[in-house]
Amino acid sequence: MADLTTNFLGISSPNPYWLASAPPTDKEYNVRRAFEAGWGGVVWKTLGSEGPPVVNVNGPRYGAIYGADRRLLGLNNIELITDRPLEVNLEEMARVKADYPDRALIASIMVPCEEEAWKAILPSVAETGADGIELNFGCPHGMSERGMGSAVGQVPEYIEMVTRWCKQYYDRPVIVKLTPNITDIRKPAAAARNGGADAVSLINTINSITSVNLDTFSPEPSIDGKGSHGGYCGPAVKPIALSMVSEIARAEATHGMPISGIGGVTTWRDAAEFISLGCGTVQVCTAAMTYGFKIIDELTAGLSEWMDEKGYTSIDEVIGRAVPNVTDWQYLNLNYIAKAKIDQDQCIKCGRCYAACEDTSHQAISMSDDRVFEVMDDECVACNLCVDVCPVEGCISMVPMAAGEIDPRTGKKVQPTYANWTTHPNNPMAKAAE
Amino acid sequence: MAQGQMAPGIVAGRLSSDELTSNFTDLHPPLAPHEAAVAADRCYFCYDAPCVTACPTDIDIPLFIRQIQAGQPQAAGRTIFQQNILGGMCARVCPTETLCEEACVRETAEGKPVEIGRLQRFATDDLMSAGAHPFERAASTGKTVAVVGAGPAGLACAHRLAMLGHDVVIHEGKPKPGGLNEYGIAAYKSTNNFAQAEVDWLLKIGGITVETGSVLGESISLDGLVENYDAVFLSIGLAGVNALHADGVDKDGVRDAVDFISDVRQAGDLAQLPVGRNVVVIGGGMTAVDAAIKSKLLGAENVTIAYRRGRDAMGASRYEQDLAASHGVQILTNVQPVAVRGNGAATEIELEYTSSQNGQLTGTGEMVRLRADQVLKAIGQTLEGAPEGLKLDGNKIAVSGAGRTSVAGVWAGGDCAAGGEDLTVTAVAEGRDAAMDIHATLVS
Ligand SMILES: Cc1cc2nc3c(=O)[nH]c(=O)nc-3n(C[C@H](O)[C@H](O)[C@H](O)COP(=O)(O)OP(=O)(O)OC[C@H]3O[C@@H](n4cnc5c(N)ncnc54)[C@H](O)[C@@H]3O)c2cc1C
Ligand SMILES: Cc1cc2nc3c(=O)[nH]c(=O)nc-3n(C[C@H](O)[C@H](O)[C@H](O)COP(=O)(O)O)c2cc1C
Ligand code: SF4
Ligand code: SF4
Ligand code: SF4
Repeated sequence: MADLTTNFLGISSPNPYWLASAPPTDKEYNVRRAFEAGWGGVVWKTLGSEGPPVVNVNGPRYGAIYGADRRLLGLNNIELITDRPLEVNLEEMARVKADYPDRALIASIMVPCEEEAWKAILPSVAETGADGIELNFGCPHGMSERGMGSAVGQVPEYIEMVTRWCKQYYDRPVIVKLTPNITDIRKPAAAARNGGADAVSLINTINSITSVNLDTFSPEPSIDGKGSHGGYCGPAVKPIALSMVSEIARAEATHGMPISGIGGVTTWRDAAEFISLGCGTVQVCTAAMTYGFKIIDELTAGLSEWMDEKGYTSIDEVIGRAVPNVTDWQYLNLNYIAKAKIDQDQCIKCGRCYAACEDTSHQAISMSDDRVFEVMDDECVACNLCVDVCPVEGCISMVPMAAGEIDPRTGKKVQPTYANWTTHPNNPMAKAAE
Repeated sequence: MAQGQMAPGIVAGRLSSDELTSNFTDLHPPLAPHEAAVAADRCYFCYDAPCVTACPTDIDIPLFIRQIQAGQPQAAGRTIFQQNILGGMCARVCPTETLCEEACVRETAEGKPVEIGRLQRFATDDLMSAGAHPFERAASTGKTVAVVGAGPAGLACAHRLAMLGHDVVIHEGKPKPGGLNEYGIAAYKSTNNFAQAEVDWLLKIGGITVETGSVLGESISLDGLVENYDAVFLSIGLAGVNALHADGVDKDGVRDAVDFISDVRQAGDLAQLPVGRNVVVIGGGMTAVDAAIKSKLLGAENVTIAYRRGRDAMGASRYEQDLAASHGVQILTNVQPVAVRGNGAATEIELEYTSSQNGQLTGTGEMVRLRADQVLKAIGQTLEGAPEGLKLDGNKIAVSGAGRTSVAGVWAGGDCAAGGEDLTVTAVAEGRDAAMDIHATLVS
């Protein structure tokens, strides 16, 4: 069995799965049960300043997008930070941490963008024995209207400033949680690093409206006939999160910075992908909210099984393995030529590849009277659309052409060498080959 | 108190009313909305879908299933009814395992087709239960058409003609319209008096008059119809039955399966309906299977289907055969009846094993005897009462194109016309297509 023990910023946890700051971590009762179930750590539900806590709406706060058989694919929420008093949360955190010294317990914090506010809360958080803090610069609704959450996360200068205060008034690791509601994720990440952050975590939720009620014309979830955008999370956001994580992992300004990956982690495979793109831990919210804490059994067993199969003995060996393979489009090998190939034995003759290619792609699939579908190599640009729409996995494959073969589409010989756009003759800015 | 399965002879009330009620509920229960959503989601929306090609009425199956997926079962219902106005009945009775579902690519892929029939029922039930009729008549053409026979072929033809603005009179010999939908189709396929409800709903289009008790060859004649109407459509089905040649077939307890089935369909109280303790059904088609299963559901102890050729040659699909077997019906193949024995009433049937050489059946001389207090003959229906002067093709009315008979102005379709399988859905397709041809002829 591969060892899943994780050491992230000196904080150790028995596995890399932390529950993200959200309802699953909003109180002692939940967190104890999560730890009993086997979760490696938790980021406590975001704390606010001392005084009367925020209030939540009293109607539906979630909306959802479903796939077949009501499988939940995307969740949207308009919940705020914890609506329980600060002291209660702090007392509970201290008790839980004392009882579970081997698990990671991180305090998520969101207070106004004023030095005094941070200076006031950090010592009391430190007293709980929490292993570190996460700065919630991500919440896209409600809190942002009050100048917090993503309102801070969208301004790199504020991130840097607040991070610096935290490093000044708190002596344990500081993680900055980033909002994806921004054009270039590398900017806030670099700001966090400049401010002295030990790590970044991402993504928080994405601005979204899940649907519109066509009887009342209210966005969903609807509160008394009105709706506001919420934060989108769950399986649907994973591709966005992976891309943002990879950008930070490979950018010069942030390369090598520890990352806690968040966004749509649902099975062990998602976690392995985040880790391979440079994450030291992953955080999970929607999957736990959909299926309960017990999924941790599959998450841990699956990751360790895959690591055993591949011969990896520790998480560290996996972290960042995919990062060198993430590149810019301009560096992709234009001499790599593939053709789609249909395995006639597996084909069930649904014609989806034909409709897709004929109507929306390159008219490269032929259909005979008796429904035999074949790829015409002289038209196929290997776009992969047929593979993506074919309902039979493995029925259509992309077969690379060998060097020296003639590509029937262009009539040109497949070159053995690597060549990309930067040197391509059609590129007006091409550097002359030397 | 129920008589029980072991009571000798042909008696009523073998099972309690509760048992009978539960036995005669839907064979395929309707899909609940969530089940329908899951079932619909399995459809791949195939290009030039093979299931559509396999449907005799060419219903746009991927479209109606997508409309269910998109949350509009009534729109799905309209898509179905545009092609097949008896889509509700067809959803219940079509042997989908040899039609659309056999062709479904998911049958090819995993032996588990999209449940097209049940989805069709979901959509059609939804629209029909809303009460309103989905189509409107075109402006009147002033033309009148006579339809003879109110079975699926006649109803489909009449509806299409009425929709196109013609006035239609259906002459039906029986007291109720519906044809075999009403008198033939298995009770466990069409429950809750669906056949009559469907006819009532269909007639809401307007412009159709149904005259029951109006028998061609008795109260009306083809010549008279041709004279009084602009066109005539014959859809009289197969009113006769093939005769069984064996000793003792005149004994009490021997009767035609179609009559027995009709009695079951028309029974007000199934507990009053007599059935044998030992029932032998002669034949191998859908009628034989239906009669055998119904006997079993009524409480017969032993029910055997005796068919003269091998299983593969049976008219009933493999699915229907398995359905019979799952109800406890024994299927005996390669046997032909020689004699029904008994003193006045049947008590036993003697059958001879057969062998087939080049399609020719011969008895092998080996005999088998089965107890039989009731023998049901299901060896095929035949055309009866076809008007003089029409050319025949084999023993059905010869047609060319969309149901044109040898007599100008007279069309025919459904079981009585040559070509096509004897199925409800085929009858609907032929009725509809003949209507289009009649329309084209009348307005040209
Ligand atoms: C027992 C049984 C079970 C069946 N099960 C199925 C099944 O599960 N699925 C399936 O697809 N098909 C099934 N079939 C076949 C299907 O019922 C027929 O193919 C279909 O009903 C044919 O329709 P039709 O309109 O041509 O004829 P019919 O339904 O036979 O209608 C003919 C109509 O014409 C009337 N008529 C006849 N002669 C005259 C006359 N001289 N004057 C006036 N009216 C007349 C009759 O009373 C009747 O109403 C079954 C058939 C039988 C017998
Ligand atoms: C109901 C709900 C409340 C959340 N509240 C917080 C919060 O208080 N603080 C925070 O940093 N993130 C919050 N999040 C965001 C999650 O921590 C996480 O970043 C996001 O849901 C993406 O992960 P997932 O796809 O696994 O759910 C919340 C998410 C949900 C669904
Ligand atoms: S999930 Fe629980 S709290 Fe939320 S609406 Fe349902 S019952 Fe109420
Ligand atoms: S999509 Fe796949 S299964 Fe369907 S026809 Fe094309 S190759 Fe065959
Ligand atoms: S063949 Fe099957 S999967 Fe394809 S369109 Fe028809 S029902 Fe759908």
